[in-house]
Amino acid sequence: MMTETPPFTIEQFYKFVSEKKLMAAECVECGTMHLPPRPLCNGCFSSHMKWVELKSGGKLLTYTVIHIAPKRFESLAPYPVGIVELEDGLKLPGIIRDIEHEKISVGMRLEVGFETVESSGWPVWPRYFFKAP
Amino acid sequence: MSWRKGGSTSLSSKPLATIISAGLSKFGRREGVYGRELFAEAVKEAYDRCPNLDPRRDIKALFVGHMGESYEHQGHTGPTLADWAGLLPVQATRVENACASSGVALRWATLAISSGAYDAVMVGGVEKMTHRTTPEVTEYLAMAADYPFEQWHGITFPGLYALMATAHMHHYGTTEEQMARVAVKNHHNGALNPKAHMQKEVTLEKAMTSRVIAWPLKLYDCSLITDGASCLILAKPEIAGKFTDTPVHVIGAGQASDAIGLYERESCTTLKAAQLAGRDAYKMAKAKPQDIDIAETHDCFTIAEIIAYEDLGFCSPGDGGRMIEEGTTEIGGSIPVNTSGGLKAKGHPVGATGVGQAYEMYLQLTEQAGRRQVEGATVGLTHNVGGSGATATVHIFRRA
Ligand SMILES: [Zn+2]
Repeated sequence: MMTETPPFTIEQFYKFVSEKKLMAAECVECGTMHLPPRPLCNGCFSSHMKWVELKSGGKLLTYTVIHIAPKRFESLAPYPVGIVELEDGLKLPGIIRDIEHEKISVGMRLEVGFETVESSGWPVWPRYFFKAP
Repeated sequence: MSWRKGGSTSLSSKPLATIISAGLSKFGRREGVYGRELFAEAVKEAYDRCPNLDPRRDIKALFVGHMGESYEHQGHTGPTLADWAGLLPVQATRVENACASSGVALRWATLAISSGAYDAVMVGGVEKMTHRTTPEVTEYLAMAADYPFEQWHGITFPGLYALMATAHMHHYGTTEEQMARVAVKNHHNGALNPKAHMQKEVTLEKAMTSRVIAWPLKLYDCSLITDGASCLILAKPEIAGKFTDTPVHVIGAGQASDAIGLYERESCTTLKAAQLAGRDAYKMAKAKPQDIDIAETHDCFTIAEIIAYEDLGFCSPGDGGRMIEEGTTEIGGSIPVNTSGGLKAKGHPVGATGVGQAYEMYLQLTEQAGRRQVEGATVGLTHNVGGSGATATVHIFRRA
């Protein structure tokens, strides 16, 4: 029996994160990769998508260290965040963990890790993060 | 770096609309005043400047920029402000494009005039912010960024511009000192503006040693949380002379959008939407960057002003840091930028900012800018950015 394809939503992206998988949507018509996934291709307007699992390695494009944090993140501050370019060229922002701030540099290799804790209230999304490979 | 002046006085483009009056509330920490009351203060100045105007008879529509209903638990700002401007039952529309709300409102008001739909309209903006705590304001401003991938991962609004700053430093060698020089310049200008939130100079050392907000951005790299309102009255160019002897024409109005998330965009060292908005505005105005005598750019963070120089063609990509260092954009330089003090020192009541920039241009192009007047300024440009660059508008103005 065929299982139904999960919807191409941000909610589903985070469901995959809770299964420790980083997934993007690929447009079957034109091949454009979408991260975040989306139900309508902004390249060719097709809705014909498929899920593709991404490799978890990438390179740091830019970063900052947040000192003044929103309430929810206050206990973590100062914490580094960056934008990582994954091997397939897709980009993702997130918190960089377990690396001394002085050792972070543009161009360094990082790998995606997955948190198990879930939040309470809307939205209930687990977080991915970046760490040393 | 040499800045070649073009023959700006001969720009032949047809005006899209004409500013016949303008008003601005005092910017700052305005305790006990409600947003609509700040707007009334800006409107009063605009009415007083234009005794030939009969507001209820002549003004046919109102466009207002307002970003956040969280601040005052107040949405539906269009009719509210129409009422406080004494304009009921005028048709009133609120525009929300984050920090570019009133820049976008200005563009659509301009197009409404140039379409022939109206002879005269009012455009303005308002934000009342300082009664909220810094964490609250931080949260409300972050709503201009992508929730599921930026806010959700602890990336603040200063954090997004810090990501751009790090990338710019890495690619072009831009320095923290160059960024601090933007703050020093804009605080110097703000000290000459009686309506600015902060009217006090800052030294390079003080700017560079202020506390870190989101490395490499420090307190003095960030614009101010401010209360304020702004207002312009636009008319058809052919009838502007009935209302004023000192009209200012809007000759270019560009706008563009980009992905909501910084991470989704092609580059972190440039704002593509601002480049495209600028390109369209220059084209409408039949102008080149060299024709611009004076500009107000969106310096929500110091790095944003450096990137704006590059996006608007005032210098080549990567040369923005050198441009501030060489003094080219100071009052007295060949293209003064943010003579009002900018968002950095005049303040940044987000919804009021775009029209507030146009107010400065109106003063400068009609020789009413007092101690910060740029002598002979004829063509001016304003650059207003929403969020981290998902919206940008650029307007070009010419002294009539
Ligand atoms: Zn497609």
